[in-house]
Amino acid sequence: MTPHTMSNTQAVTASKGAWANITADWSSDQRAFKNVPWGKAMMWVFLLSDTFIFSCFLISYMTVRVSTVVPWPNPSEVFALSFGGEPIPLILIAIMTFILITSSGTMVLAVNYGYRKDRAKTAILLLITAAFGATFVGMQAFEWTKLIVEEGVRPWGNPMGAAQFGSTFFMITGFHGFHVSVGVIFLVIVARKVWRGDFDNETRGFFTSRKGNYEIVETMGLYWHFVDLVWVFIFAFFYLW
Amino acid sequence: MTNSDDHVEGQQHPLGIYFKIWALLFVLSACSYMVDYYHLEGYLRWTLIIVFMLLKAGLIIAVFMHMMWERLALLYAMAVPPIVVLVFIALMSIESDYTFTTREFFFALGS
Repeated sequence: MTPHTMSNTQAVTASKGAWANITADWSSDQRAFKNVPWGKAMMWVFLLSDTFIFSCFLISYMTVRVSTVVPWPNPSEVFALSFGGEPIPLILIAIMTFILITSSGTMVLAVNYGYRKDRAKTAILLLITAAFGATFVGMQAFEWTKLIVEEGVRPWGNPMGAAQFGSTFFMITGFHGFHVSVGVIFLVIVARKVWRGDFDNETRGFFTSRKGNYEIVETMGLYWHFVDLVWVFIFAFFYLW
Repeated sequence: MTNSDDHVEGQQHPLGIYFKIWALLFVLSACSYMVDYYHLEGYLRWTLIIVFMLLKAGLIIAVFMHMMWERLALLYAMAVPPIVVLVFIALMSIESDYTFTTREFFFALGS
């Protein structure tokens, strides 16, 4: 009854044990993931595969950083930005982090209003999320330009230290930025569908000829939160370490 | 029951929890930025970075991605495979230490 007793496993492990439930789900014919629409399950599987890709990137970054005998450039100084006065360490990256978290918040609200079938609010929140995403990519473009033009960072070398700094930086943040860009496009497409009322009228999709519904907003949300999640790891390991 | 209502019901939760987690994520991000801003060094720095990172990641997955409300079959299917990444990290950290040592050794010899 009290809020504290509401746990994640409340409904799942009501009668059987946790493991009995998992084996029951997995051994049941056709549907291992109950209460999860197939699109959402597939998005999770895709995100799992994406986790491995980004893990490989970050692990290769660790490997080259540990094994180089040349000092690693100090990210705190490389990514410092001055607004007329003393350079503030890592400020642009901090702002980018906050922008991405803000966009995650608006995304989660969009999912919620989607399930309430509040068409206008869902579409507007999706577009706000897309705008934050586009801002993030814009700031990343600014950061890359500054690094390439002013600091002379190249994938094969830089004036500050270990040559691998450039290659890992462009690879990791580039791949992440690509994910954000794809996410922005994905968000705009879903927002358009919501705005047009495709999910209320059960209009068939252009490519799939299937009837869509507001679960697509949640699937979209999973992707977007994953992009934010990857940034958490990049921020910790590349920029702060 | 399992087949009919999953097309009607989704992950619907009160907005309050989202706002709380949202605020918490801002605080945690500010904390991890402060680690750099105040130039903390050594094990304190690395521990704090990892702690804030894991807290943020956990909150995003559990609440924003609704994992805490999903069935365990999905949670385990998604959470168990990344454990092998830890093995990979261990392997590569041993390997890179070895590479570093041999480089130091041969560069010191000047050959």
